[in-house]
Amino acid sequence: MILNDVVCPFCGCLCDDLELEVEGDRVVRVQNGCSLAEATFMNDTRLPAPIRRTTTGWEKISYDEAIKETADILKDADRPLLYGWSSTHGEAQSVGVHIAERIGAVIDNTSTVCHGPSILAIQEVGHPGCTLGQVKNRADVIIYWGCNPIEAHPRHMSRYTTFATGFFVPDAQRERTVIVVDTRRNDTANIADEFLQMEPGGDYAVLSALRAIVRGKESIIPKKVAGISKEQLIRVANICKNAKFGAIFFGLGLTMSRGKYKNVRNAIELTDELSRHTKFVISPMRGHGNVYGSNEVFTWMTGYPFAVDFARGIAFYNPGETTAVDILRRGECDAALIVASDPGANFPRVAAAHLAKIPTVLIDPHVNATTALSRIHIPCTAAGIDAAGTAYRMDGVPIRMKKVIERGYPDDAEILKKIYDRLNGEMGS
Amino acid sequence: MTELLVKNACVIDPIRGINGDIMDIAIRDGRIVESVSDRAEVIDAQRCLTLPGGIDSHTHVCGTKVNFGRYMSPEDMRAGRTQRRGRMHVTSGYYVPTTFGNSYRYSAMGYTTLLEGAMAPLEARHTHEEFTATPHQDMMANTLFDGNWAVMDAVREKNVKKAAAIVGWTLNAVKGYGIKLTNPGGTEAWGWGEDLTSIREPVPHFEVTPAEIITTMIRANELLKLPHSVHLHCNNLGKPGNYQTTLDTFDLVPDLNPDRQTLYATHVQFHAYGGGTWRNICSKTEEITRSVNSKPQIVMDMGQIMFCRTMTMTADGPMEFNLHCLHHNKWSNHDVELETGSGIIPVTYSKKSAVNCIMWAIGLELALLTKSPWQCLLETDNPNGAPFVKYPEVIGLLMSKRYRDEECATLHADTEGRTSLWALEREMDWHDIAVMTRAGQAKALGIINQGKGHLGIGAEADIAIYPIRTDSVDPAREYRKVVEGFQKTSYTIKRGRVVSRDGEIIVDGANTTFWVNARIPEDLRVDNDPEFIRRFQEYYTVRMSNYPVQDLYLPRGRRVDTEAFT
Repeated sequence: MILNDVVCPFCGCLCDDLELEVEGDRVVRVQNGCSLAEATFMNDTRLPAPIRRTTTGWEKISYDEAIKETADILKDADRPLLYGWSSTHGEAQSVGVHIAERIGAVIDNTSTVCHGPSILAIQEVGHPGCTLGQVKNRADVIIYWGCNPIEAHPRHMSRYTTFATGFFVPDAQRERTVIVVDTRRNDTANIADEFLQMEPGGDYAVLSALRAIVRGKESIIPKKVAGISKEQLIRVANICKNAKFGAIFFGLGLTMSRGKYKNVRNAIELTDELSRHTKFVISPMRGHGNVYGSNEVFTWMTGYPFAVDFARGIAFYNPGETTAVDILRRGECDAALIVASDPGANFPRVAAAHLAKIPTVLIDPHVNATTALSRIHIPCTAAGIDAAGTAYRMDGVPIRMKKVIERGYPDDAEILKKIYDRLNGEMGS
Repeated sequence: MTELLVKNACVIDPIRGINGDIMDIAIRDGRIVESVSDRAEVIDAQRCLTLPGGIDSHTHVCGTKVNFGRYMSPEDMRAGRTQRRGRMHVTSGYYVPTTFGNSYRYSAMGYTTLLEGAMAPLEARHTHEEFTATPHQDMMANTLFDGNWAVMDAVREKNVKKAAAIVGWTLNAVKGYGIKLTNPGGTEAWGWGEDLTSIREPVPHFEVTPAEIITTMIRANELLKLPHSVHLHCNNLGKPGNYQTTLDTFDLVPDLNPDRQTLYATHVQFHAYGGGTWRNICSKTEEITRSVNSKPQIVMDMGQIMFCRTMTMTADGPMEFNLHCLHHNKWSNHDVELETGSGIIPVTYSKKSAVNCIMWAIGLELALLTKSPWQCLLETDNPNGAPFVKYPEVIGLLMSKRYRDEECATLHADTEGRTSLWALEREMDWHDIAVMTRAGQAKALGIINQGKGHLGIGAEADIAIYPIRTDSVDPAREYRKVVEGFQKTSYTIKRGRVVSRDGEIIVDGANTTFWVNARIPEDLRVDNDPEFIRRFQEYYTVRMSNYPVQDLYLPRGRRVDTEAFT
């Protein structure tokens, strides 16, 4: 069977134009997708059934047993952490928030280790952005800063920017100027019109230099800033000022290098400055398919995009204190429920090590590094493959992911709902 | 079968011409009936003020930009937070509360129906997700068409039918309720960092003017037989001297519908400024209300500001950028491809600012100078002018000259000379307030025949009982009692169920979302038009098949069918 206009759930691009060929419970061919999409749909090896750690290895258990034990672990915890959420749909995220509220847990999503600093910067100065179609149809200047879309978001350039035909940009390749700022000459840099190769940790200085030039203060710029010549900085600032529509996209190279959220703030303020000359926008390149959705759902339910602590009964937010890595690093957390993510592979060693010490339950379709740290692993559907649900693209556009095959797993929202009902039943109203 | 009897209610029900009669209200299975059995649960209203559930016909509570307002404002989340308690979830926020916060606080004030003022079609799914999490009010979404490329093409071709067909298809696809135009044409110009400064200035590239967009959409709206009229946020919002644009816009509006207005002009306070700079800004409410008083085809709402810190959020992206350049605070902007824009910045309205004081006076003047309360509805463009929890204070100000005088005495000294508020003696009565907070909204939104805004037999049993005895409270003197009384109902009844009691939510909500399905003849349907489909697939970043909002996003959706083009 051929399915059209399928949504790829893998990265924040949420491309919705895939053509899939499906045979029974397998996807056998992926058209229009990138290599990441192909791997997502075709190399989809699942954990067959819930498992529990024993003294010598693992034993299979029933879903009912796994759910009961998870609820017991959460009920008995003093400082539970519910973490992950970025690769599942909003329906599961929403139940997760209800559980956190019910048991006074900390709930956090993977922003905490990717664009958390971007959120902090936005909370200081705001976010002048737009949907990706605005960029596609209008932008004549594209800047990729500290990101490598060719590897990480392979269709970003062909769908939305460099190679995408837009209404006001019919000949995209000729009409768009691409600028790449990075510490290494990556694949994206190879196709840039201007590549600013920066010394590591130089983002803040380079952004400040560009802001100064845009404000007409180029006389104060030294000959080189973080390894980039003054001439090139002036040239790039002029390209930006003369753009009809400029768009900055930034990745973890900006958010996770020295300066962190202050780097992002500086980039936003450069955008603000350029907005006084022409049209300019800025957007983070969000990683996980629905990480932005977890920010959205958390925000409308709790008021905060990530790192929400319900221990006081109210929703409390203080990144650095209520963020998952910090709760774990301090050894404060005494039980963890991980959903649709792999902190075992992505967290600092000391935080991951604490997960192994406490009862950790993983709800995820796939065996991953976190499995090795967990007491129980409950497999479930994968959103966008065998479960439908809502995801938010990196620019905030909500898209309904489709169910393309049936593999007989329960939906994670359903599992979480059962845990929630159990907790409600046992804890009273 | 569930039955409820509200006894000894002092009812004001303007749509049915009831003004302060003491009566019983019988309710069965969510609707008002002639009588109920003696097994019905009984509420004794003790002769307190009993009104149809409050309706807000222009508020920003759900969707992309509202949520971004929350996202960027942890400082506001800290400003209003409550614990989980009984049936109530945790809430955060004061001027942009979480969805549950909005829902509980509106319910405590007796509000049972809300119109979200601005939904970008491409992001409609988000609005509907938040509607579901705003469980105690029935919801409707004004759908933005101000910068819609296909509509502007139809306007340029002077093809009203085509414009109507595009609107009809879009409303159906995104489960929207009515047409919203925010700074028509200006939001498209903002795609290039530009704005329009008059209703006769052409939109770059599209070569249509705001005036042409407005008049075409008014005709398209009536061709589609939509229950609500075009809902307009005029061009030039917030600019000194903009009253002329507003008057020019009002002069465009024909009288096309016997049942309701032909144009709903929203937050007119922001559009009634004289002068030419922030130094000489002044009130032009006399000119604006003179126009409205002579044009029954126009209904407006106040857009009252109150002195507080709040958040401005609108599809009017260029306006927000201008405001940002004045305030130098944080600024968010979010343009939506082929459709519209949006912007968000926090503001503080202060009595130390002459401009803010003049704005405050203008809002009240609009209400006091408009002869018919049906033509000037009460709201604050929540949260732009103030969070909706300020409505009771606005009611107090409208009902009491003494309250206004006391406030006026605390304002910036330049206010009196540039406004007319000091001279206005009018004090509104309970009936006026009932019109301005529910009956007028029901009529303007076209939901009277959905059983909203009145307590007639067959109506939905949405009822607010306020702890106010109208026979013993003199609102002119005892305005504090009026304000307190409207802050917290004794009972808010939603579809026959008591949902809020003395400000406490006591049940889980089960709201409905109203949306409009205009039946369009096959040969006019744009989803049969190859050119429409081609342009959609080429210029949007989502596939046309993935654009419509699935029914499951409206778990209790109620479709309002209209026979368009008949």
